[in-house]
Amino acid sequence: MIIQKPGIAGTLESSDAQVTVEPGDGKIEFELESAVINQYGLQIRKITYDTLKRLGIDNVKIKIVDKGALDCTLKARIEGAVYRSCNQYNDLPWGGAIQ
Amino acid sequence: MMFLNAQKPGLIKDPYIYKPDSIMLDLEDAVAENQKDAARFSLYHALKEIDYHGVERVIRINGLDTPYWQEDIRCAVAGGCDAIRIPKTESALDIHLVEEKVLAAEKEFGRPEGSTLLMAAIESARGVMKALDICDASERLFGIALSGGDYTKDLQTHITGTGIELMGARQNLIIAARAAGKQCFDKVYTNLNDTEGFRKDVETIHLMGFDGKSIINPRQIRIVHEIFTPSQKDIAFSEKVVKEIDSKKAQGIGVFTVDGKMIDIAFYDGAKRTIELAKASGVYKGEL
Repeated sequence: MIIQKPGIAGTLESSDAQVTVEPGDGKIEFELESAVINQYGLQIRKITYDTLKRLGIDNVKIKIVDKGALDCTLKARIEGAVYRSCNQYNDLPWGGAIQ
Repeated sequence: MMFLNAQKPGLIKDPYIYKPDSIMLDLEDAVAENQKDAARFSLYHALKEIDYHGVERVIRINGLDTPYWQEDIRCAVAGGCDAIRIPKTESALDIHLVEEKVLAAEKEFGRPEGSTLLMAAIESARGVMKALDICDASERLFGIALSGGDYTKDLQTHITGTGIELMGARQNLIIAARAAGKQCFDKVYTNLNDTEGFRKDVETIHLMGFDGKSIINPRQIRIVHEIFTPSQKDIAFSEKVVKEIDSKKAQGIGVFTVDGKMIDIAFYDGAKRTIELAKASGVYKGEL
């Protein structure tokens, strides 16, 4: 997939994460804000990169503001932001690129 | 059945700790129009990754008059939900339309065919009048539910707290459900601070024969369970009735007394149901 325009998903509520994606400069640029960055920063980074890989994205600026989100929420918000940036809302690959 | 907004991670990550019988993850009214897509991602991953400890997961899709319901079904079925709740059901055709898409999704995502159950929310005067047709529309349909807000609006009245405005619909729905061998669930009670009113409401629908109540907050669970769980006195009596009928039948006796009450075969199913409900509620210690 190709990030076509900025996309944002999620909130700043507890247990959620707000994810912003925008077209990159030829690579993945990852930025994270989290109160638990020392404990879970690496895990959040891994989930982010794994999710982007499944979606076939290697050119993106992605920013995550984490408010204590579970892994499943992080994935949901990353995918939400990506598919919004691509204007795709139907016929989504549940169980394929989304898993 | 506890309603939860599928778009809110804080709500859907651990509702099983409150021990509801089922949760209803909502993609419809609770989710803002511009968050329908985000709610689906949240729902899909919750279904796939959160262990709800046996609590049934029902998904309320968007109405058939919206552009969302078909993708809602694909998402819910791919995630492996237990059932789909159809809002604003008004006819058997509504059930057939959903059933067709559910079957297609089961095939697409490799789910066992027929494994996704349906329930229909009745929210209009027309829906109430068509309740039996709706109940009979599909083998997948396990139950129907009254939705009070839209129904009273359609009737040009409002929720009064007395239940008067709901009498006809409740009666019609429970009769239709029983005639078709389906379950019947009541609407939510939205005034969280009126515990006494909620208790009376649950007592009323319990006496009417409903199978359960929709709720919007964990603090309502205890009252519903209190009212729907058979008492030890009822369990003991039902146990005696079942045992006595089984034993007297073998002796060719049709009518007899248990604890001073006249009993015949007509009491058998009700007594068995009480025992089954006691088992499901975890309060039965006997051997039946």
